[in-house]
Amino acid sequence: MRLELQKITKQFPGVLANDRISISVDKGQVLGLLGENGAGKTTLMNILSGLYRPDSGKILIDGKERIFRDPAQAIDAGIGMVHQHFMLVPVFDVTESVVLGNEPTKGPLGSFDRATARAQVVELSKKHGLHVDPDAKIESLPVGVRQRVEILKALYRKSDILVLDEPSAVLTPQETEELFEIIRGLARGGTSVIFITHKLNEVIAVADKITVLRRGAVAGETTPKKATAAKLAEMMVGREVQLTVSRSKSKVAEPILQVKGLNVLNDAGGLAVNNATFEVRSGEILAVAGVQGNGQTELVEALTGLRLVDSGTVVLEKKPLHAGSPREIAMAGVAHIPEDRNRDGMVKGMTIAENYILNTYHLPQYSKSGLLNRKAIAAATEQAVKDFDIRTPSISTDIASLSGGNQQKVIVAREFSRNVRLVIAAQPTRGLDVGSIEYIHRRIVEQRDAGAAVLIVSTELDEVLALGDRVAVMYEGRIVGILDAKEATRERVGLLMGGITK
Amino acid sequence: MNGLKKFGSKIRIPALSISVALLVGAIFIIFTDIEVLGGLLSDPIGALSLGIGRAAASYSALFRGAFGDPENIGKALASNGDIKLWARALRPIVESVVASVPLIFVGLGVSVAFRTGIFNIGGAGQYTMGAVGGTLAALLFGAGVTPAPIAILLVMIFGVIGGAAWAFIPGYLKARVGASEVITTIMLNFIAGQFVFFLVSNFEFIQKPPRIQPVSKELSQFVDLPGILPISALRMDISIIIALLTAVAVSWFLFRSTRGFELRAAGLNLAAAKYAGIGAGTSIITAMLISGAISGLGGALVAVGTIKQLSPGIAGSVGFTAIAIALVGGTRPSGVVATALVFGLLQHGGSLMQVETSIPIEMLLFIQALVIAFIAAPELTLGILKNPFRRRPRSVAK
Repeated sequence: MRLELQKITKQFPGVLANDRISISVDKGQVLGLLGENGAGKTTLMNILSGLYRPDSGKILIDGKERIFRDPAQAIDAGIGMVHQHFMLVPVFDVTESVVLGNEPTKGPLGSFDRATARAQVVELSKKHGLHVDPDAKIESLPVGVRQRVEILKALYRKSDILVLDEPSAVLTPQETEELFEIIRGLARGGTSVIFITHKLNEVIAVADKITVLRRGAVAGETTPKKATAAKLAEMMVGREVQLTVSRSKSKVAEPILQVKGLNVLNDAGGLAVNNATFEVRSGEILAVAGVQGNGQTELVEALTGLRLVDSGTVVLEKKPLHAGSPREIAMAGVAHIPEDRNRDGMVKGMTIAENYILNTYHLPQYSKSGLLNRKAIAAATEQAVKDFDIRTPSISTDIASLSGGNQQKVIVAREFSRNVRLVIAAQPTRGLDVGSIEYIHRRIVEQRDAGAAVLIVSTELDEVLALGDRVAVMYEGRIVGILDAKEATRERVGLLMGGITK
Repeated sequence: MNGLKKFGSKIRIPALSISVALLVGAIFIIFTDIEVLGGLLSDPIGALSLGIGRAAASYSALFRGAFGDPENIGKALASNGDIKLWARALRPIVESVVASVPLIFVGLGVSVAFRTGIFNIGGAGQYTMGAVGGTLAALLFGAGVTPAPIAILLVMIFGVIGGAAWAFIPGYLKARVGASEVITTIMLNFIAGQFVFFLVSNFEFIQKPPRIQPVSKELSQFVDLPGILPISALRMDISIIIALLTAVAVSWFLFRSTRGFELRAAGLNLAAAKYAGIGAGTSIITAMLISGAISGLGGALVAVGTIKQLSPGIAGSVGFTAIAIALVGGTRPSGVVATALVFGLLQHGGSLMQVETSIPIEMLLFIQALVIAFIAAPELTLGILKNPFRRRPRSVAK
């Protein structure tokens, strides 16, 4: 089927989320929809899947206008969505998950016809080359396979147009490559695919046609043959972008952070970090790679005092820190850029100035005999706004009203405002625009060059490879390998991320 | 000029909300009147005009009860300084302000807790225990035992201690064992009331002779708070000034002090507060102590100064009204004071409305509730005032 969206406009209070966006995808074609967070991709897809009604514009399928009043009508029209966060029941098996909602039935009571369902699922997965065990329980499957189940679910509902929203976010490079194979196969079989992503290399690898969105409008259309990553980034951001981090060779000196035999429990009491041993030296960046949920979060929380250390030692320049409070650790010279900036990194409802002093307000320069020194706070914040190019109307603006990139700059400015010996940066660029990513990376490298030790935790392989002087890979709570930048190829790190250590 | 504009835009929505609430209230006054309903079929125009007349009379009484009768004010102005006439003219507005004093104190108290993310429902209990403290101080140190200013100071200190101690219990329980403050504070409200009952019916030292009623001795015999108006018949004492000073102090504390910064951070985002090294337990206990102290101070001043007697029901509906006031006032000290004054006006104006018309007390409570609902939901007010036939966008940005 051919799908066409014509001049879709959607206005939310204060934001024009979609501004006359027109895209189209032909039968058997893969459309790469590229754009940064906030470019309007998700709103557009929510319109396509019937969750929102556009203010104006048309949805045409095979030339005929369709109006979707709810998601069921979109599904009936042949549009299948695979969301970033899977919607599967963990205790169901694959067959049950695929047919859920459209179960084949038998007998007068309409009881579930399991045999037919299983046969249908097997046939469907053979036809499209989506290998899954129809009897496996969802909870026992790795993320990549769960995604295949989601795709099967969409195909089972006879979707001719498959929409994949940031499908590679949770996959290892190898799994991503397999996903691309599946997508190509589906397209050959006549399915139209819309592939939403912010990763430049992926659209070049898999799309037949690329549409770039910027600030709610179409910024340009191109094809992978004509496009380069640099060109696409420029379309996405609206100006030239430096994609690689320029950095000199590291001047590695004495170890700053030494972690030995660290065990950390997760909230459920299971072992989240299993016997981690590593060190980070002055002047180097150790990047920790791994698929989300393999203990990186707990590792960072333990190192920064937000989670109890079960056993093992953490030493910062001869000072034991494994029993330290967040404040003791921060005052010992640790800068912490938290993984979830909305949850941990800032207080929305407070001003930029207040967020700038969030963990230093108690120092004598900001607080005298129990009262805040507002003059000193304002002066320091003004300086930081200048130094870090934070775009804000004033320092008394609520931080919630800033863009993600500027919020992160406030956090980074705050953390780097102290004497920094060790930087712990977890997902420092998640959800940021390309321009901010570039800026934050540069600042982190500056800290390294000034002699700090840097520990970066990221699930974005590109970020790990771009920044790491050494790359550690976490898999199921263990550090399964530490590679030098020279040996850390995409393939090797990718295999380690999947737990394959040979 | 700019400041005036800013002030105007700030009170625009509340003012509109109160107007809309009164309008909706009028509709209910009209259509719950049995005579109006009875005549609606036979003589609709006559019935409606009767209803509208009654609503107008009710609001006229409400207004005169809240601010004063223009006629009396005119007489007072013409009288060339007749104290009696002036007292009569000013009594309604003075009484409205007096009625708002407990609401200001408890509203400020619970606001401090709300700002810290603690839903302190125990304003009534803390106020009551403050009243106990104030009463005991008056009985112990008043009537010439210590000089009057010192006795008044001790009344205030005992009130602060009573309220803070009562609030410490739920604060400690929440910080240590995670007990929900909503439940513990509500339960302590009941206990506080029963504790007063126990005190005023078992101790000769406290109970009013001849020890029949469960009330304390007349406290005016022990301590009298000095009035602030030149007309002694008007009972406005220093407690309103202390209330306003408390509001300034709370504002200073929340927005200028290091501790206030910690409490606000913890209230807005506990995870980020922990990240910043702010201890959750300390924040909770500090906030509850301050919250209880303010409510307790109010209890002591009102019991000794305004009511001049301790009784088990001394808190009345102050606790719950104060929660509404804190929320409507945006937990901002200036907002709390302004909202408490509006409620004081409604409360005292309502008493005249009840006397002059046959409208039941429930209708007044209903109108109060409407005011809260409309102020709390500005969208609702604006929606009613806008063209109701225009369709509003349904979806909201994620």
